[in-house]
Amino acid sequence: MTQSNPPLLDVRGLSLSVATGDGLMPVVRDMSFSLNASETLGIVGESGCGKSLTSLAIMGLLEGTPVRVTAGEILFQGRDLLTLPPRERRRIMGNEMSMIFQEPMTSLNPVYRIGDQIVETIREHQPMSKSAARTRAVELLRMVRIPDPEGRIDSYPHQLSGGMRQRVMIAMALAGSPRLLIADEPTTALDVTVQAQILKLIADLQSETGMGIILISHDLGVIAETCDRIAVMYRGRVVESAETRDLFATMRHPYTRGLLDSIPEPDEDVDRLPTIPGRVPGLDERVDGCAFNPRCARASAVCREEDPGETAFGGGHAARCHHPLEPDA
Amino acid sequence: MLGYATRRLLALIPTLLAASLLVFLFVHLIPGDPAAVLLGDTATPEEVEALTREMGLNAPLYLQYLYWLGNVLQGDLGTSIFFGAPVLSVIADGAETSILLAVMTMVWIVILGVPIGVVSATRHGTWVDQVASGGAMLFASVPTFWLGLYLILIFSVSLGWLPSSGYPSISDDGGLANLRYLLLPSFTLAAPNAALIIRLVRASMLDVQREDHVRTARAKGLAPWKVATKHVFRNALIAVAAAFGFTFAALVSEAVVTETVFSLPGIGRLVVQSILRRDYPVIQGVILIIVVLYMVINLLVDLAYAWLDPRVSLK
Repeated sequence: MTQSNPPLLDVRGLSLSVATGDGLMPVVRDMSFSLNASETLGIVGESGCGKSLTSLAIMGLLEGTPVRVTAGEILFQGRDLLTLPPRERRRIMGNEMSMIFQEPMTSLNPVYRIGDQIVETIREHQPMSKSAARTRAVELLRMVRIPDPEGRIDSYPHQLSGGMRQRVMIAMALAGSPRLLIADEPTTALDVTVQAQILKLIADLQSETGMGIILISHDLGVIAETCDRIAVMYRGRVVESAETRDLFATMRHPYTRGLLDSIPEPDEDVDRLPTIPGRVPGLDERVDGCAFNPRCARASAVCREEDPGETAFGGGHAARCHHPLEPDA
Repeated sequence: MLGYATRRLLALIPTLLAASLLVFLFVHLIPGDPAAVLLGDTATPEEVEALTREMGLNAPLYLQYLYWLGNVLQGDLGTSIFFGAPVLSVIADGAETSILLAVMTMVWIVILGVPIGVVSATRHGTWVDQVASGGAMLFASVPTFWLGLYLILIFSVSLGWLPSSGYPSISDDGGLANLRYLLLPSFTLAAPNAALIIRLVRASMLDVQREDHVRTARAKGLAPWKVATKHVFRNALIAVAAAFGFTFAALVSEAVVTETVFSLPGIGRLVVQSILRRDYPVIQGVILIIVVLYMVINLLVDLAYAWLDPRVSLK
């Protein structure tokens, strides 16, 4: 982690708000993290915590949504993406930085052959003849281990399974040899066995290409298997971040603990799976102090009054909590 | 695709037979005796009966149908009672006007409906969209005969730019310039249908815009106009293609009114006049031809559908 050159991606103080009839409502607050090449950062949290919006903001896909960036910088290879003119920004999208999504069933255009959709991406960023781009597309399909890529290239999306379609999405994402891949719940819609294959594929491609990866998931298990570092988000904020091994050894935030406890373990015999009580408050509900305090067993008076600042525990481990958990003895 | 087209063509045969039976029966349900109408008020019952026998109208209905169907299958639609000429040639006389009117109407629908719909969708929520949507709403609601009369009032009577009625053939003096006679009628006929297409293009583009694959297209770094044309509009066309079939059906009935308002010597007006004259063979012939046209157009729409959406022909 001690590198002299700037990180691949450096997000500083990113805040997002959604425009509603009553004005701007903050959805992501003061988000900061950085990512190096060959590194995988996992962002985990419940639905609505702002993890997907963060990824869309980095990718530049907020246009057309009611969500706006209200503060912060997104430095990609030293350049602030938020100040780039749209044309410059598009030159990066799908090229140096690409993204795969949660729903492989609907993320491909149903009316074009998959080969044409990959070729479109290739030729958007590289001057290349149609036939050369097609050869490259076959190569990409082979890279994502689609059997018989020469035959499959002329398939329509509806002729492929969900797992195959996600492989096609990955092939498309690799078209520009990206430095950064953002994977937003890439395996959530897939069968468990296919999930494992896709995660393995992404990890293998990373060791081949050295790209940095942001993996977004609500599934701490998926994150634990694949990521070097983890950021846990709750209600638009990173509440805890650490190296994966460190985080699982010593969780500091009660919310992280709650997330882990609610994963069923096959070898444990419990009557009832522990859950986090309550629900994530709606955007329009005002919570004073720590956003997690209404659901937290450790909450005290100070939690209801004061928003906790970030406490560093060494080794890049930080949490926002007035009463952090002690390491297990 | 070819197999799909062949199957669909074969399926037309039973439908056409059923349609021919319906057409025949409905026409004979119209009250009134063609022989009496033809001979006028002064005819004696004997004369009427003689003419009825001469025209074969005294035979049982099913025999009349089979006889008519047999001739139709040989390409003979019968002889017009009123004109005394073959029905096909009577229809052919009106065909030039009606075909040109239909073509010009379709041109209006496409050049007005599609671009305005696209602009309306891409400028969604702006004043441009509001003006376009409001205009579409207005033209969709205005009755054809009313719009036709007002266009005549403005462009023929007040401004004197365009003729108000009639249509000399393009093979007569004036040549292609005679098409100006069809400008107002075709616009009148197109307006409500173009309005429908505007609203449909806009609505389906807005639908497609929300789909996940459009986000993928934007994530590729494609310029907004490429996303709008290659991904949003292209997919929205699937829904629009289906509407063209309905549009044709609407055109046929509206053409009858429009041809009457503008006194055009077309097939629409021929139908109205033939009904008044109880000219059975002409009514049957025209309706049969319209039915065939309607089916062929719907077949073309379905083929376009299969071509636009690769998921269709495989089902």
